Amino acid sequence: MAALTTAAPATEAPVPVKARRTRPRYWRGAVLAVAGLYFVTPLLSSFVFTVHVPNQGLTFEAYSGILSADGFTESLFLSLSLAAATIALALLLVVPALVAVRLGPPRLRAVVEVVCMLPLVVPPIALVTGITTVLRWGPDHFSRTPLYQTFIAVQNESFPVVLVLAYTVLALPFVHRSLDAGLRAVDVPTLVEAARNCGAGRAQVILRVILPNLRSSLAGASFLTLALVLGEYTIASLLGFRPFAVWIVSVSGAEARMSVAVSLLSLLITWVLLLVLSRAGTGSAPSVPAAAGTVPAPDPGKE
Amino acid sequence: MTSAHPSAAPAPGAAAPRAGGRTRRRRPPRAWLGALPLLVFAGLCFGLPAGALLYGAFTRTDPASGATEVTGEHLHRSLQGPYLTSLTGSVELSALNAALATVLGVLIAQAVVTSRRGTLRGAVLTASGVLANFGGIPLAFAFVATLGISGVVTRLGHLDTLGWNLYSFTGLTVIYLYFLIPLMVLVVVPALDGLRPQWREAARNTGATTWQFWRHVGLPVLAPSLLGGFVLLFGSAFAAHATAAALVGGSVPLVTLKIADALSGNVLVGQENVALALSLDMIVIAGLVMAVYLPLQRRSSRWLH
Repeated sequence: MAALTTAAPATEAPVPVKARRTRPRYWRGAVLAVAGLYFVTPLLSSFVFTVHVPNQGLTFEAYSGILSADGFTESLFLSLSLAAATIALALLLVVPALVAVRLGPPRLRAVVEVVCMLPLVVPPIALVTGITTVLRWGPDHFSRTPLYQTFIAVQNESFPVVLVLAYTVLALPFVHRSLDAGLRAVDVPTLVEAARNCGAGRAQVILRVILPNLRSSLAGASFLTLALVLGEYTIASLLGFRPFAVWIVSVSGAEARMSVAVSLLSLLITWVLLLVLSRAGTGSAPSVPAAAGTVPAPDPGKE
Repeated sequence: MTSAHPSAAPAPGAAAPRAGGRTRRRRPPRAWLGALPLLVFAGLCFGLPAGALLYGAFTRTDPASGATEVTGEHLHRSLQGPYLTSLTGSVELSALNAALATVLGVLIAQAVVTSRRGTLRGAVLTASGVLANFGGIPLAFAFVATLGISGVVTRLGHLDTLGWNLYSFTGLTVIYLYFLIPLMVLVVVPALDGLRPQWREAARNTGATTWQFWRHVGLPVLAPSLLGGFVLLFGSAFAAHATAAALVGGSVPLVTLKIADALSGNVLVGQENVALALSLDMIVIAGLVMAVYLPLQRRSSRWLH
């Protein structure tokens, strides 16, 4: 490009060339400045909002009070344990399925992909309407069968399994995409065959041959799932449970400053996690789009 | 698979099609069993609610007699009155936001792509990946602190005297753009990278203006990615619930808020199933969105190398 643009002035007046070169620079600077302003302002003013009380001055009460706030530790612990369970379940389901896709009949691949992508079509709020309807069958139709106990157990206040199941459904597209990309770089049939020839059992093949090859995409899938579960509000609030996001909303009425402070902190934590994730690869150029590549799809849990 | 074993297909001519069958012999006999847990899980935890939704949207059970009949009434009602308003409100808000974010996202992406600084590019892409994941409750509260009634910027700029209201259609747009624009940047940067500088040079050498280049080369090549991005943003905004729920309550008619209302019991007796019908309406719209998006994404990936 440079060779061609410098060749041009020989026949043209130099002025338009110069204009062509400098104009995009102003334009670019202006776009980036406005964008930067738009994206930084809410973060800055959130911080100002939490530490500055009009007519009183600086105070850090909004932050110091968080730990002792009513329900904070319980809801955070609930969210974290839900996230751990969701990550474990999603990986346990998707990893064997994706390995099977590569070893088994070719048609299986399409089936698994469709099954994992379908949740993208169903917004969380629609999923939760379906779940509520199913849960209502418990008392309505099964109250005299042993199945009823399952309905009760699934909705246990202290650890709602039903949320783990719903979150796993929401996470399937992202976990699938991340792990599928990771497995694409691995010749699974050859690896499995080699390992089997060396006398490894099925479990050994998965645990000691496949998984170590997938380390960064496993980390990616886990981080995205963690972010999804920590931020999820719709399903939990409509089913009447109180993990972290629901707690923030419930505290916002009485403690506006604290709810903003907690929001800001949870943001920072999520961001640090995602930054770690994007660096977790080799740090080479593809790692940023790879981390980001799992993002461009409506993230059903976030909003 | 075949490339790993070129010797597996030595049979010439007519026997060649069987080569695939022969390599298949290496497959462990029950390899597909590994996918079984996933399929069973999806059937139970996704298929069952979806089926219940569909069933409930089309049937009515008489509470007295317990008899169930098939009816299109719920669906019909979900497309009338306040329910229809909420659907169109959601579609309008999502379409407007997606359009705005598409334009603004492309501007930012183009600014990043044409800049020669690698650090700027890396920083913007990382920030976009992070911001696109930022939604829901924390985002709503960050904006309450900024532009809410006693928000910092509202007070500094005396925006309330200018008639600013965060808890409105415009307010939601300002908030939604915060995660939609970064999403668009992520979607469109690879496509902009695919625009070869040689094309621009060729256009310029044949005497085309910048505008002509974009009109006849740039935009047609980008069209699948742009449309795909737009549709994706639309779907993302359409399904959003938490931000709006934390902010506007009922002041902006949105279908997700209406469904949540109906699920929480704020609905006339006998209309519970309208929530199911509304959800079905949403799924149909989201399904259309995905039906447009997936082929487009596949098509645009042609330029991504």
